[in-house]
Amino acid sequence: MSDTPLDISIRHNLNTAQGVISLEVALAVQPGTILALTGPSGAGKTTLLRIVAGLIQPQAGLVRHGSEVWTDTTGRVFRAPQRRPVGFVFQDYALFPHLTVRQNLTFALDKGQEEAIVDELLRAVELTELAGQKPAQLSGGQQQRVALARALVRKPQVLLLDEPLAALDRDMRYRMQDLLLDLHRRYRFTMILVTHDLAEIFRLADRVARIEGGRVAQEGSPGEVYTHRQELSQEPLLYGEVLSVEANGGGLVVLALIQQQVRRLRVPQALATQLTPGRSFLLRYSLETPMIELID
Amino acid sequence: MDPEPLWLTLRLATLTTLILFVIALPLAYWLAFTRFRGRSIIEAIIGMPLVLPPSVLGFYLLLAFSPSRAFGQWLESALGLRLVFSFQGLVVASVIYSLPFMIYPLQAGLQSLPPSLREASYTLGKSAWTTFFRVLLPNSKSAILTALVLTFAHTVGEFGVVLMIGGNIPGVTKVASVAIYNEVEALNYDAANQYALVLFVVTFLILSIIYTINNRLLRVRYPA
Repeated sequence: MSDTPLDISIRHNLNTAQGVISLEVALAVQPGTILALTGPSGAGKTTLLRIVAGLIQPQAGLVRHGSEVWTDTTGRVFRAPQRRPVGFVFQDYALFPHLTVRQNLTFALDKGQEEAIVDELLRAVELTELAGQKPAQLSGGQQQRVALARALVRKPQVLLLDEPLAALDRDMRYRMQDLLLDLHRRYRFTMILVTHDLAEIFRLADRVARIEGGRVAQEGSPGEVYTHRQELSQEPLLYGEVLSVEANGGGLVVLALIQQQVRRLRVPQALATQLTPGRSFLLRYSLETPMIELID
Repeated sequence: MDPEPLWLTLRLATLTTLILFVIALPLAYWLAFTRFRGRSIIEAIIGMPLVLPPSVLGFYLLLAFSPSRAFGQWLESALGLRLVFSFQGLVVASVIYSLPFMIYPLQAGLQSLPPSLREASYTLGKSAWTTFFRVLLPNSKSAILTALVLTFAHTVGEFGVVLMIGGNIPGVTKVASVAIYNEVEALNYDAANQYALVLFVVTFLILSIIYTINNRLLRVRYPA
């Protein structure tokens, strides 16, 4: 269980397709919370994760976990990734191809660490039966679960996930989100995940930080960030995605995916130009009429 | 046919390959991952034997190792080593001559691995040493095999360097490729043919075995 806050305050130059941009980020992550990092590609989200893990040394700044300083460029402190209580789930999973599922997990054991944790994690991610298989024989979702289990073997206090669910289909993504929440409840690590998926942010994250052009453009609870309100109302709020729009009499009917179901919504003509397929929105049910609020 | 030159070739190639493997592993690792600016210069030096005529290399080695010159003198007085016209000299020359054939495949193999493998191992608490031996090398089997075979085969096929630095002393420096040359010079085409055929068949067999193993390795990693 993590009861230590994570403080990040760094500056690092990034080479991007748009030229060099300066990543300047200050974030305080409360112990045991789930922080989602989001924003356009190339904005520095992955770099930030790598700086926290110690895979990159920032040009300037500080990464502190409670009283432990992991990186401090002024004091010339740099704690190697091996010595940070951090788990990292890579975008490509980075499973060792020559090892079986079980061996991938036992590889991660610290010297003298009990092997019981391996069985416990294999059970938790429902991979006990596939423990003898090599990664290449597994599906994407199964590989994902191995990567997740492996990252938890050393019981990290901070779990970093780089777009872990992006390559999975919608059903699998939902199941993985459940699994992540379950593991998080069980082990209470602090979690930072990079994601572009709004549904994921709303399902998983306590806090979200939108990073744009190397800066934190917005930070807060998902509701605050995406509805631009300080307090969420008591009304039910549903996340949806526009599938298609058709004219119907005087108004518009939108076919939308809401909570895994395709729904037809009647919306005012005024929204016609903005409601294009692929747009995300929040559906707010008040007593009289449903309200649609566009996000992003 | 005197089998001595063939045994000598086999001993030289095996020894060269083993020594080079030990030298090349750390060098290839360093070259694969260093951010050192002068890396290109080092790579160019290692690659020289690829493009240099073997006689040029052999000539300079002959000068360097010659007991009438400073380095050769030092070798003889300090280490008791005489590297011209000796088997040890052949081994040293072969190691230099075949260096790129060992290093380049290893370096390319290590560089072709996804960087996340190395990083994953680090975040799992494993040192660079453990990562190298337990993650990177086991996933570079194909590159290791290629490097070993190319080095071995290249040493078997050596001629110019061997002749320059080793000469033609039976049982000491007269390897199979030199023996073939001798027999042809003496118009003993039958004997030359026997040596040549043995080298041809052995080389073909080695390569066939290697490609079979390599294909199997690839199938295990990327099943259809």
